[in-house]
Amino acid sequence: MSGRIEARFAALRAQGRAGLVTFLVAGDPDMATFETLLAGLPEAGADIIEIGMPFSDPMADGPSIQAGNLRALEAGAKLRHILPLVRRFRERDPDTPIVLMGYYNPIWNYGPLRFLDDARAAGVDGLIIVDLPPEEDAELCLPARERGLAFIRLATPTTDDARLPRVLANGSGFLYYVSITGITGGAAPVATQVGEAVARIRRHTDLPIAVGFGIREPAQAAEIARHADAAVVGSALVDLVARHLDSEGRATPELVPAVLARVRALAEAIAGVNRS
Amino acid sequence: MTARPNSLRAGPDENGHFGIYGGRFVAETLMPLILDLERAWQEARADPAFRAELEGWFRDYVGRPSPLYFAERLTEHLGGARIYFKRDELNHTGAHKINNCIGQILLARRMGKTRIIAETGAGQHGVATATVAARFGMECVVYMGERDIERQQPNVFRMRLLGAEVRPVSSGSRTLKDAMNEALRDWVTNVENTFYLIGSVAGPHPYPAMVRDFQSVIGEETRRQILEKEGRLPDVLVAAVGGGSNAMGLFHPFLDDEGVRIIAVEAAGLGIETGKHAAAMTAGRPGVLHGSRSYLMQDDDGQIVEPHSISAGLDYPGVGPEHAWLRDMGRIEVTAVTDREALDAFALCSRLEGILPALEPAHALAEVIRLAPGLSRDEIVVMNLCGRGDKDIYTVAEAMGVRL
Repeated sequence: MSGRIEARFAALRAQGRAGLVTFLVAGDPDMATFETLLAGLPEAGADIIEIGMPFSDPMADGPSIQAGNLRALEAGAKLRHILPLVRRFRERDPDTPIVLMGYYNPIWNYGPLRFLDDARAAGVDGLIIVDLPPEEDAELCLPARERGLAFIRLATPTTDDARLPRVLANGSGFLYYVSITGITGGAAPVATQVGEAVARIRRHTDLPIAVGFGIREPAQAAEIARHADAAVVGSALVDLVARHLDSEGRATPELVPAVLARVRALAEAIAGVNRS
Repeated sequence: MTARPNSLRAGPDENGHFGIYGGRFVAETLMPLILDLERAWQEARADPAFRAELEGWFRDYVGRPSPLYFAERLTEHLGGARIYFKRDELNHTGAHKINNCIGQILLARRMGKTRIIAETGAGQHGVATATVAARFGMECVVYMGERDIERQQPNVFRMRLLGAEVRPVSSGSRTLKDAMNEALRDWVTNVENTFYLIGSVAGPHPYPAMVRDFQSVIGEETRRQILEKEGRLPDVLVAAVGGGSNAMGLFHPFLDDEGVRIIAVEAAGLGIETGKHAAAMTAGRPGVLHGSRSYLMQDDDGQIVEPHSISAGLDYPGVGPEHAWLRDMGRIEVTAVTDREALDAFALCSRLEGILPALEPAHALAEVIRLAPGLSRDEIVVMNLCGRGDKDIYTVAEAMGVRL
């Protein structure tokens, strides 16, 4: 293992606070703007950075992230462009964990083992692959673990106690609890239900638990931070990218400051919740 | 090539794999549902009462068995093999899709589900789903690409008459694959009460095998009927393949009959060389989409390429995993037919046999037209005439430059 994910959660525990996980789509709205965003995220308060690998058919994503995927693909973002981006980030930031999130087909097309080797060499710490449930662990999860890359599992409200052990069996890094049955950017989670679900999952695992889907505002993130080890915010940030494009879809000068300002507000709200 | 199993009809394995194809590539939210569905299906298929119930609906509601018809004038015209049509276009709702819909809605009722969702391309599966949902008193939402809605207006209206809500899909290429994405998004959001009624031998396990089982009635009847009429099995089976449910329904009961040639016909659109086609097995590569691994039209980055076919029902960038498996082992031959060839076949069939075929089986017919003259007069070709062409008259008129 790179150890960066474990070290980051240990540091958060020591500080008595939850973490902020941010999600943006690689190459949205273009490679250069994305790289600027990426470089600014740690200072703005992102504790863990999720980078979406664009896919033409993101089945588990709502309209915001679908649009982000399409913008990135139109800007020419391909899987083979994302790893050099991570390498350049890693040269400046040796600590902030990077998790790649996406769908399996571009990876299968790239060659799963070659992808894992290249990702690790670039400084990627973990993977979240939406359409690889435990039933398909032989595809990527087991080889990823052999190579020291965390394979981060998704648990959902439909993952009952009977299924949880299966979901957790080969997972590593942290557990991503999907707070609603639905797609990204959908209904807001109910904090009390999230609290119950997190408590239930904790009975099955010592992995840190990050909660995502439907978290948009700093106040919501703070609510989630009472229960979870980290809150994941994606669609709200991708929406800010969409809102700061000119009429031809190009980034305006306000885009990067607007996204980073939201990250800062989310991070401050989360840091204001004392968990010790 | 790996050694062939003893029977080609035994697949998939317990994880839903046909060789390297198939599987369950879905979000975790859906896994418990898919496992429930698999359990319910396994129980139902082992239950004689379920089988009897299904057969009752096939007989009294769908109108099965559908005839096996000797296309005498077409046979004379082509001057070669004896050509038979399996007349699944005579089913209630005008296509083979209803076979699977009846099977799945019986299963949905068994599972206590009250809301049905479906994707549709040509609208035939949507109409069949809306039909059974009306008959069984269930809420029904059909996802359909905006582009398909434009070219299949009669079916859209038909679905609405049947009480279904047709939700236009504006993402991506605005056709069948996008409708399927949107149906999956609905399912993941409404897991409690909703049954996803997939219309083809595609999607995550158990759908490819389950839909095949419900559609295999086509091939089982064909087998009995050709033995009655000709006293022997056919030499060649021909069917159009988009996702591949009508083709698998015809082919599956014959897979172990080595003397029967099997030809799957894909949509070559404007021509394979133009890239504007929907021929996943002819020009695609294996990949993962909509829950299973199979042949896919994709670019060098693994992004799905937007397909093209004049036939909305074939306008899909993938194909069912069992077809991919059978193709790789050489059990089925795969060929492709252009929009133009399909339109010519549509015209010929209409004039010679008095049957307007849907544009989907018109692709199969175009292959029969190429093939039959080269075969001897005592050889037998069976083609699945899986849908009627009434729904396509606007598309055909436009291609002919006629305004209706």
